[in-house]
Amino acid sequence: MNLNEQDCVKLSPLFRFQWEPAQNCHVLLYPEGMIKLNDSAGEILKRCSPDKSIAELIQELEQQFPAAEGLRDDVYDFLEVAHDNGWIQFAKPA
Amino acid sequence: MTTVGSNSQNLPKPLWLLAELTYACPLQCPYCSNPMDFDQYTRQKELSTEEWIRVLREARQMGAIQLGFSGGEPLVRQDLTTLIAEAHQLGYYTNLITSGVGMDVSRVAEFRSAGLDHIQVSFQASSEELNNFIAGTQAFEHKLAMAREVKKQGYPMVLCFVLHRENIEQIQDILELAIALEADYVELATAQYYGWAWENRNQLMPTREQLAAAEEIAHEYQAKTQGKMKIYYVVPDYYENRPKACMNGWGAVFLTIAPDGTALPCHEARQLPNLEFPNVRDASVDWIWNESPAFNAFRGDDWMKEPCRSCPEKGKDFGGCRCQAYLLTGDARNADPVCSLSPHHEQVEAVVSAARAVNLGQAEAKPLLFRNPQNAKRWRNSNT
Ligand code: SF4
Ligand code: SF4
Repeated sequence: MNLNEQDCVKLSPLFRFQWEPAQNCHVLLYPEGMIKLNDSAGEILKRCSPDKSIAELIQELEQQFPAAEGLRDDVYDFLEVAHDNGWIQFAKPA
Repeated sequence: MTTVGSNSQNLPKPLWLLAELTYACPLQCPYCSNPMDFDQYTRQKELSTEEWIRVLREARQMGAIQLGFSGGEPLVRQDLTTLIAEAHQLGYYTNLITSGVGMDVSRVAEFRSAGLDHIQVSFQASSEELNNFIAGTQAFEHKLAMAREVKKQGYPMVLCFVLHRENIEQIQDILELAIALEADYVELATAQYYGWAWENRNQLMPTREQLAAAEEIAHEYQAKTQGKMKIYYVVPDYYENRPKACMNGWGAVFLTIAPDGTALPCHEARQLPNLEFPNVRDASVDWIWNESPAFNAFRGDDWMKEPCRSCPEKGKDFGGCRCQAYLLTGDARNADPVCSLSPHHEQVEAVVSAARAVNLGQAEAKPLLFRNPQNAKRWRNSNT
């Protein structure tokens, strides 16, 4: 997928994202269903916002997790999966 | 529920809380999943607002996350907004499961500000005539208006159609209607034959040919609407060789609280004999879920009889549905007779051919028994 790093990431209005203590992870909630997210997916999604470009998002993650290798690829992979599943939308920065 | 990137093996939690707020309902669907004696559970016996709030809090603490407000018709409850607000504040994802009757523009808005996440509107058919016939009331136009309002106010919307012999051939019109109403999800569920639907099975059960034709159209639309509208097509298990993993296992995920506070592992379970279902008025949700004999009755596989006990597939379907096993074999511990390995499998075939005979005009067709208090009384008198 060709990501435009100037785009920002918005959660689809069909999903709700929250930290779920009983599951000890972030989850995506939708009508009558739940998707449990792993740690990195949760870290990425919680930083997404309509006024932050993907480039800025990656930068922020790199600062937070300086030891992480291949971070950019991981972010790309996740955003692709999330987009294919309709969890997120790409938009021009607000 | 789907899991992505997690492998923690948790103890069972009541992730799904179904709050059946009332059995009162202005509709009369002949496949209604409420008990045959729903009229005995009067409004006076219903849990109060405070009692519901306690249930919501306790269940949430135990990890419940999806909450369905259903019934009956939940809109009948005047405290619905209060319950939605409380649930939202507790962190639930809140689902309103409604026929749309009793809804108006201001209530849709009121629920939205209280934090309601999603509304599921049920339709009985895609045409006004059939819809109103099955519902036993003039509701179609109002449902259309309410479905449009739900979308207009920004909710994700699920449209639910229960399929049966009378409407299954209109599946294409049903799906076109869902597209026109901009549904996000469509649930096409064949009636489950318990309670009222069981009484009406000879009139409701579609034929194998009808199902095959409907399935083809459903798949065609699934491909066509991909990425826009998600279509769930729930296949009836009477024509299958393996049972469904009913409720994902007994006491594994689902907790239903009936209007009078009775706690059930599935909303049909009340019909099972020799089980005393606990009530939230007498016990905590924690005790009910973890300790009560009823919720432990069919956990794990110690309760199983053959052929399930030594079956390699028992981890997959948990022996199927306890209520179906009881209804068709007289013992809830038997394999669900939908399974071709069940020694009672011919019972399912007998039900299917009895319905087929009625469909072909070879056997007498009784009129549909609509779900209403008069019919509940009549049924009681002739069955006791
Ligand atoms: S199935 Fe029909 S009659 Fe039963 S509660 Fe739902 S809308 Fe009412
Ligand atoms: S025998 Fe029992 S466990 Fe095995 S497939 Fe049939 S119902 Fe499932």
